[in-house]
Amino acid sequence: MSEYALTDERELHATWKPATGLLGWLSETGHKPIGLRYIVTAMCFFGAAGLEAALMRLQLSRPNNTLLGPDTYNQLFTMHGTTMMFLFAVPVMEGMAIYLVPLMVGTRNVAFPRLNAYGYFVYLFGGIFIYTMFALGAGADAGWFAYVPLSGPGFSPGKRVDTWSQMITFTELSALVVAIEITVTAFKQRAPGMSLNRIPLFVWSMIVTSFMILFAMPSVMLGSGFLALDRLVATHFFNQSEGGDTILYQHLFWFFGHPEVYIIFIPALGFISMILSAFTGRKVFGYPVMVSSLVFTGFMAFGLWVHHMFATGLPQLGESFFTAASIVISIPTGVQIFCWIATLWTGRLVIRTPLLYVLGFFIVFIIGGLSGVMIASVPLDLQLHDTFFIVAHLHYVLIGGAVFPLFGAFHFWFPKWTGRMFSERMGRLSFWLLLIGFNVTFFPMHLLGLMGMPRRVYTYGAQMGWTALNQLASAGAVFIVASIVIMLTNFFVSRRSGEPAGNNPWNADSLEWSTASPPPPYNFLHIPVVSGANALWDAAPDQPFVTGMRTHRREVLVTKTLDAEPDHREEIPGATIVPFFLALTTTVALWGAIFFAWWFTVGTLLSVIVLLFWFWPKREDVEEHLENERKFTLERGGEVPT
Amino acid sequence: MTGIQSALDPAGVQAAQIHNLWHLFLWVCAAVYVVTVAFFLLALIKGRRRVEPVVDAASERRMTIAVGTGAGVTIVALLGLLTASVATGHAIGTFGNAKLEIQVTGHQWWWEVTYPHAEADKIIRTANEIHIPTGTPILVRVATRDVIHSLWMPNLHGKRDLIPGRVNKFWIEADRPGVFRGQCAEYCGMQHANMALVVVAESPADFDRWEQHQRTPAPDPKTAEQLRGRQAFLSLPCVNCHAITGTDAYATLGPDLTHLATRTTLAAGTLINNKGNLSGWILNAPAIKPGNQMPANVLDAQQLNDVVAYLESLR
Repeated sequence: MSEYALTDERELHATWKPATGLLGWLSETGHKPIGLRYIVTAMCFFGAAGLEAALMRLQLSRPNNTLLGPDTYNQLFTMHGTTMMFLFAVPVMEGMAIYLVPLMVGTRNVAFPRLNAYGYFVYLFGGIFIYTMFALGAGADAGWFAYVPLSGPGFSPGKRVDTWSQMITFTELSALVVAIEITVTAFKQRAPGMSLNRIPLFVWSMIVTSFMILFAMPSVMLGSGFLALDRLVATHFFNQSEGGDTILYQHLFWFFGHPEVYIIFIPALGFISMILSAFTGRKVFGYPVMVSSLVFTGFMAFGLWVHHMFATGLPQLGESFFTAASIVISIPTGVQIFCWIATLWTGRLVIRTPLLYVLGFFIVFIIGGLSGVMIASVPLDLQLHDTFFIVAHLHYVLIGGAVFPLFGAFHFWFPKWTGRMFSERMGRLSFWLLLIGFNVTFFPMHLLGLMGMPRRVYTYGAQMGWTALNQLASAGAVFIVASIVIMLTNFFVSRRSGEPAGNNPWNADSLEWSTASPPPPYNFLHIPVVSGANALWDAAPDQPFVTGMRTHRREVLVTKTLDAEPDHREEIPGATIVPFFLALTTTVALWGAIFFAWWFTVGTLLSVIVLLFWFWPKREDVEEHLENERKFTLERGGEVPT
Repeated sequence: MTGIQSALDPAGVQAAQIHNLWHLFLWVCAAVYVVTVAFFLLALIKGRRRVEPVVDAASERRMTIAVGTGAGVTIVALLGLLTASVATGHAIGTFGNAKLEIQVTGHQWWWEVTYPHAEADKIIRTANEIHIPTGTPILVRVATRDVIHSLWMPNLHGKRDLIPGRVNKFWIEADRPGVFRGQCAEYCGMQHANMALVVVAESPADFDRWEQHQRTPAPDPKTAEQLRGRQAFLSLPCVNCHAITGTDAYATLGPDLTHLATRTTLAAGTLINNKGNLSGWILNAPAIKPGNQMPANVLDAQQLNDVVAYLESLR
């Protein structure tokens, strides 16, 4: 390494050095710490929701069980669904993207780092908010979908549903800002040479996901916002007797709710492609087909929300359209699965834990996909809708389709995050326990649904004949818990004492593997230049890199959207505590508003004050700009007023 | 997989058609699963034996053909399933003239059942129990008094939501006699789990007898105990919610009790209708079905005995 590079490195270190202490922690704007915070926080909520599920399984393990009363049980399944969807699945994928996307596209930080910090704190406070209210006995109890009129002012007095609808606002905000950051980062901050057809498939999946978030979230925001208004200030958006419409709520909710499933699932498809390519030693078969399948899925996902409403009595022709749409969406997913099989078929397989999880995906997810084809059919759905068959289906799709690849991804990028390898033996053990436990728990639920057991029942009679299958399901849950405990133990232990991993333990192809493990705060000493779809495999021994970036300021290279030709350098903000305060004032507005509407105004005014600090220019920046301007004018032979 | 509340044990025309469609979907999907997983396992075996990945043009072309074939077969299979699904949907969704009409109204957490008739005194009002003649097409209209419920009698048909401000309808036709169970399928609050109903499919002759009997007013008390019971019932808060035809009780907030003793369950399928359960229910319904609208009642032993004797005489 030349002396020049060493100077660069020292200066980059100084410029990007993370602040320390509590204040430093709250001021962090680096994408890696924030990404990891998202992941760790989401896993905590995963644990809470898992505990809720375990309690429900305990309750259902015996007919006429009196362990939990209906009130507790109804809160538990509401909190379980709400937590898993809003506080675990979406944020954990966002966390992965925040950590990985900037590394994969070869830049130093996400676009809008302060917004990124703000998004995390809003998410965290939203989660704290709903769990505090739960602990205080105001846990939401109208289901994760909160259908009106059950969730309306007439049938759910008290603060429970207000808590739920306001928690949506928190997670919405956070999801929207992440979607914006990821889109801009992936479109404008790619390393030179990474044209659209060379973007890693995970980044593509996050681009599609981010666009879906931008279009889906406003719909549920309207739904939960109207609901909050109906409840808090007596509007009648959903009140049938005052000219409102109860079905409108379902449309708004599912216009978001169905794409939501794909918002969770599509990032997982990205993980699978990345993992498969590393462990087969070849690029994923059919890159253009893979990308167009993702985009097609993203569009189609908005055309099938009505299949959640087949029992509401819609006209037959309309229902047939949504059946067709629901069936069609399985085609792009099918094609991706075939492409992956082709990748395995022609690849050189190295079976390690991350790959095992992907193999688990195949075994489990395909069952969920096929049961999805079944319930896309209106007549079958009329029997299966709102039964345990759906509980089985959705877990096969979400755990099989998203959690298996996610855990695979955890293992895959663990060496990058920590610089150490995990224990392969424990990894395999936790995988097999999860695969067995998952199937023992959820497969019997298909049968339970067919045998007439509806969802969301806190008890059932012994005469129904559901006891044995319920006991089997509850027993399976034990394996799942064991698997998760082993996986987390593995991570905690290996984080300190695992074998050193090196930069690229899997010999993978994307840019994040070219830098140190864990990567330095500035990611890359030099912004890389990409010359193929598989950045590292296609790199020449003397692969060029970008020079001329300033190292004494936090600077990123902005490139053109299509071909990633360098466009300009952009300075991005460093550590600041302002986003934390803005999240606090947002919380004042949102939390307060469910008790007294004026708190919303108070919180908004406080936010405006904080935003003044956010947008206030820094004196040194202004001076430096003026200085540059002067130099520039002098160089071109102009005159500078003194 | 038989059962009194099972989609796998059809007892009606519609459920049977759905059951056939289920078999078609099940076998097609099972075949797809087996084939896909077989290719996947084969790929695993091939991939593990290999030392270097094969990415030459010939192999990529072969893979393109394979993936294209897979996609083609998938599309054809899905089109077939779609056609079968639409055909079944059409068959179960349309019907000729209904010979009988039943109105079911959802309440938190019980079912109000009405057999309408042009003459007011021939209207039947009952609760949590539906009687239907076999071999007869029946139109079921569903509505709700409060939140959304969903009426699901899986042995006869799929479910249909009960939505405020709307009346939904569907057709059923039982093809064999039997006693089945239905349950609310849309989460409707605290006691969603205990909102069931009994469905009795019987021969047309039996149904006619039941229908004629239900149209009669409640029988008069025959013993002193029953007489005292009726007086007590009419003087206690019972009359605020319940109706008994032929008496001064005509409230509609709770189930109609005119022929309570002919019904097999209490509290929407929560309890078997017997003397002990009935007494417990009257005294402390909230303990049995927490959150339900029936309050606990204060009756002394004599009163309770009389009221239960009277209610048990309502055959």
